Amino acid sequence: MATQVIMPKLSPTMEEGQLSRWLKKEGDKVSMGEPLAEIDTDKATMEMQALGNGVLRKIFIQEGESAPLGQLIAIIGEPDEDISSITSQAPAATPAKAETPPAEKEETEEVKPATPAEADTPASGNGRQTPAPVAQAATGRLIVSPLAARMAAESGIDLRSVNGSGPGGRIIKRDVEGLISQQGSTAPGVATKQTHLRAVGSPAQKSAITAASAYHDEPASEMRRTIAKRLVTSLGPVPHFFLTTEIEMDRAAEMRSGINELDPELKISVNDIIIKVAAAALLQHRQVNASFQDKFVRYYEHADIGVAVAIEEGLVTPIIRAADQKSLSDIASEVRDLAGRARERKLRPEEYMGASFSISNLGMFGIDEFTAVINPPEGAILAIGAMSPKPVVRNNEVVVRQMMRVTMSCDHRVIDGATGARFLQTFKKILENPLFLIV
Amino acid sequence: MAIVTMREALNQAIREEMQRDDNVFLMGEEVAAYQGAYKVTKGLLEELGPKRVIDTPITELGFAGLGVGAAMAGLRPIVEFMTFNFSILATDQIINSAAKMLYMSGGQFNIPIVFRGPGGSAFQVSSQHSQALESWFAYFPGLKVVMPSTPADAKGLLKSSIRDNDPVIFIEQERMYGNKGEVSDDPEFTIPLGVADIKREGKDATIVARSLMVPVALKAAEALEKEGVSCEVIDPRTIRPLDIHTIVESVKKTNRVVIAEESHPFCGVAAEIASEIMERAFDYLDAPVKRVSGVDVPMPYAKNLEDAAIPKVEQIVAAVRQVAYIE
Amino acid sequence: MAANQSQARRLRTMAKSNQDVRKRAPESSRVGAEDTSATGVLDHDAAEEADPRLDPTQAVKAAQKRRFAELDRATLIDIYRQMLLVRRFEEKSAEAYSAGKIGGFCHLYIGQEAVAIGAISAIRKDDYVLTSYREHAHAIAKGISPQAVMAELYGKAGGCSHGKGGSMHMFDKEVNFLGGHGIVGGQIPLATGVAFATKYKETDQVTLCFFGEAAVNQGAFHESMNMAQLWKLPCVYICENNQYGMGTSLERAMSLQDISQKACAYEIASEFVDGMDVLAVREATLRAVERARKNYLPTLLEVRTYRFMGHSMSDPGNYRTRAEIERHQERDPLKLFSASLKEEGIISEAEMKKIDDEVRAKVEEAVRFAEGSPLPEPEELFTNVYADPIPENE
Repeated sequence: MATQVIMPKLSPTMEEGQLSRWLKKEGDKVSMGEPLAEIDTDKATMEMQALGNGVLRKIFIQEGESAPLGQLIAIIGEPDEDISSITSQAPAATPAKAETPPAEKEETEEVKPATPAEADTPASGNGRQTPAPVAQAATGRLIVSPLAARMAAESGIDLRSVNGSGPGGRIIKRDVEGLISQQGSTAPGVATKQTHLRAVGSPAQKSAITAASAYHDEPASEMRRTIAKRLVTSLGPVPHFFLTTEIEMDRAAEMRSGINELDPELKISVNDIIIKVAAAALLQHRQVNASFQDKFVRYYEHADIGVAVAIEEGLVTPIIRAADQKSLSDIASEVRDLAGRARERKLRPEEYMGASFSISNLGMFGIDEFTAVINPPEGAILAIGAMSPKPVVRNNEVVVRQMMRVTMSCDHRVIDGATGARFLQTFKKILENPLFLIV
Repeated sequence: MAIVTMREALNQAIREEMQRDDNVFLMGEEVAAYQGAYKVTKGLLEELGPKRVIDTPITELGFAGLGVGAAMAGLRPIVEFMTFNFSILATDQIINSAAKMLYMSGGQFNIPIVFRGPGGSAFQVSSQHSQALESWFAYFPGLKVVMPSTPADAKGLLKSSIRDNDPVIFIEQERMYGNKGEVSDDPEFTIPLGVADIKREGKDATIVARSLMVPVALKAAEALEKEGVSCEVIDPRTIRPLDIHTIVESVKKTNRVVIAEESHPFCGVAAEIASEIMERAFDYLDAPVKRVSGVDVPMPYAKNLEDAAIPKVEQIVAAVRQVAYIE
Repeated sequence: MAANQSQARRLRTMAKSNQDVRKRAPESSRVGAEDTSATGVLDHDAAEEADPRLDPTQAVKAAQKRRFAELDRATLIDIYRQMLLVRRFEEKSAEAYSAGKIGGFCHLYIGQEAVAIGAISAIRKDDYVLTSYREHAHAIAKGISPQAVMAELYGKAGGCSHGKGGSMHMFDKEVNFLGGHGIVGGQIPLATGVAFATKYKETDQVTLCFFGEAAVNQGAFHESMNMAQLWKLPCVYICENNQYGMGTSLERAMSLQDISQKACAYEIASEFVDGMDVLAVREATLRAVERARKNYLPTLLEVRTYRFMGHSMSDPGNYRTRAEIERHQERDPLKLFSASLKEEGIISEAEMKKIDDEVRAKVEEAVRFAEGSPLPEPEELFTNVYADPIPENE
């Protein structure tokens, strides 16, 4: 009695699988429980075990091809058994996409089109019942109105991340408009991203910036989304990881007192310098100035830095918009103003919502080192400890330096360890040598 | 300005142009003594005399050709077809003679002639008397095709057609002869050919409609307005040359378009407009162009079947909802 | 009015008396009778049984000579020169067509010259002519230069229709030549309309409308006859009965083959004319033209002729025999007329040679002009579609 090998369900959400590798070839002996093939699901590459004894008589889908759940992909039977009645029923497999060999997934994930792994169900005749993205997945191509395609192109929106609400999942104007308004752009339709950027960057408006940063979205790659889901299930909604470093603050402190001597009215704090330095480092490490948005990753053009301010009832994080564009004195006065109004609970929502990165400083409480919790959807938060004199080795001599420990909490869905580490390296370099701010 | 019927507006246009130019004459079946099968030419025989208002035998090919010949020799005939269904007999002279004479004579003989009469569906006159033939004539370079939807348009466009130096197919709608509207009594009031009219402005969807479908489209737009859908209704008025520019500009604004027509859909004017929109405004479309056409069958006699064959307000509303993605 | 009606009646009676001679049961095709037939269908020999209304050659010449008395020599020579010019022109056209210089259709007039030349010699310069697609002769006779006609055949900018009409669509507004028309019978309502316009404008211009006998079966012919007599329009309808509608003989295509009789149905005056006698055609046309000019009355002339060449240059000619053509060539209108002129001493052999040289030179000049004329400018493709074009607003 022949055993029909079907595409097995290997994950709870799997709808189809891609045959990554056959571990047996036609004619090989197979016994129950023996690995038969490797299947790529939306989650992982899984081994499929044989559920029958005999010989692998016939393979219907080749490596790289996909098949929906339950589709006949092979037959195990006795060497001389007549399997023609089964073979004749075998449907055709979905041809492989040339650009998505499993081995290259990591590198190509950002440019590949929607893969079958996104599919929830194959497109059925009953279009009314079919959820929007299905048609895209089933045909392997985007269904999008010409207008929506143009709007998306002009607004830098990747349509692969868009759920179409039109018939058969067609992406239409309103779907793209929805995303454009999420982007914070006020212009409808052909969102004038570049105009907006120019406005932000214009020197005349530097100190008056209150609008949220412009940004562009890039699709969350399959890998990114899989990591996100996996980490979420193991570590909680936002998968944190932490990086700590110690920074020598002598030069920064020196700079601060120097500036304040020049103009006591400025009242620059070390924290203001930290904000400025963080902003500068973020601009150099844009992957950190980002947030995870479920289907895409949002990269901000400017460093909108939230500053945690303890208030009686708890905590607010007013935002220094485009801190990378502002002078230390601007930052200082803005922080003072925002913190003051925060304590009076007089902040407007736009003044505390929508940062791209946050800084929490508990140094004034004598805390040497701590880990902060990310304020979603921001990608990271920097926890600043107290500055204190410590013996350190410099040029083979033990000297005393003002040291400060900082710990960055990163959202692993957007920021990987090395990415965060490189950012922190830059942050440390600038803060230890604040002259980098002006070079 | 006075409120007159489309029938009266057409009558005024013919009268004024015949008074203006002695070379204009009117011929057709029952245009003179009978006062016009649809009374469009009422009173013209008495006023302008039998030399210029001429009853013809029932001989459409013959008098159409006679008109073209007269135009070659310097006259400006208005040839009435009792209905455009009968123009089918005259198509040899319209297409092979009128449409091509200027071209094949190397520019020597233009044909200033108007072929006019009612076209489209009437009231239970069955298959042979209910045909919308504009796509036939609009197919041919050399012809101009005009279809008014209001008394004012009818007058202004017919006057322009009579003054035009090319053959003009001027298709009136039998069901619309009694429609009333404000019409200028200025003898120099004309409406240029080839200029579409925005009958209603809107922003969410464009409805392109001509002739009988214009009032239907306007009613559909009213109904849709109540649902919060703002429709722009464009009447091209001249089918050839077609003012595609106005249509395309509207589509660029609304991103959705429904084309309504009472004619058959196959190889029809809506198909042509849809194609032009696709070529010129593809990147502005948020939905496929939707046609609402007459049913693709010969016109039946029975009232209920005839009703079902002609597009209704509800069909246009449904089509707009479809292109606007409204459930 | 009464006079006109009695005249029409008289002509009708004449036609009736001729009817009995036409009563010959059409023969079935003579399959295998002639080895020149490729189709197995051979039309009845159009000259097998000579029409008694057609005089034998000697009688034609005698009639022509009698008419010489009423005509001045210059007119006679001019008619001869025109016929010869058209003959030579058509021979040249055939040559140019064979050489691939002329495209499309090319319908030659050889054999029928007496009709166009005779009829058009009877009208004024401001009268109108409309004809079918077999029209080179009419165009030249009406006053379009052979150069402009040849250049049109060549599809050149110097053609009378600037290269846009070709062999079938010659036009010249200057000489009131209102076209060759390509749909059989299509020019008949048009000519009726031109006649309508001249009457409307109360001029005394006359319109000549030429068409082949096959056009008589078209509705356009009958509709026009009706309107022309009903409205008393000054149009002379000249049916050039060359006895074949393309490859189908009159007998196989027409129930009543006496075309002049068709006029009876509309009470139009009509005449049967020997189309091989150029002066007979001229005289009959003169009578019809006078009727039109003076009384705004139409006439139908049936002019019996014969074309010596195929329907067009691409005609295999398998529907008639060589022998039939040769019999008709004995009544070649050019030969008959030149013989009469010579026998009466109106033109000497030497003068005839001189005219022939002149005509040949003129045809050569036409070819040179056509060869040298430029092609239409490419942008001419888009001109003349509308007199009042509406620029597209992009």
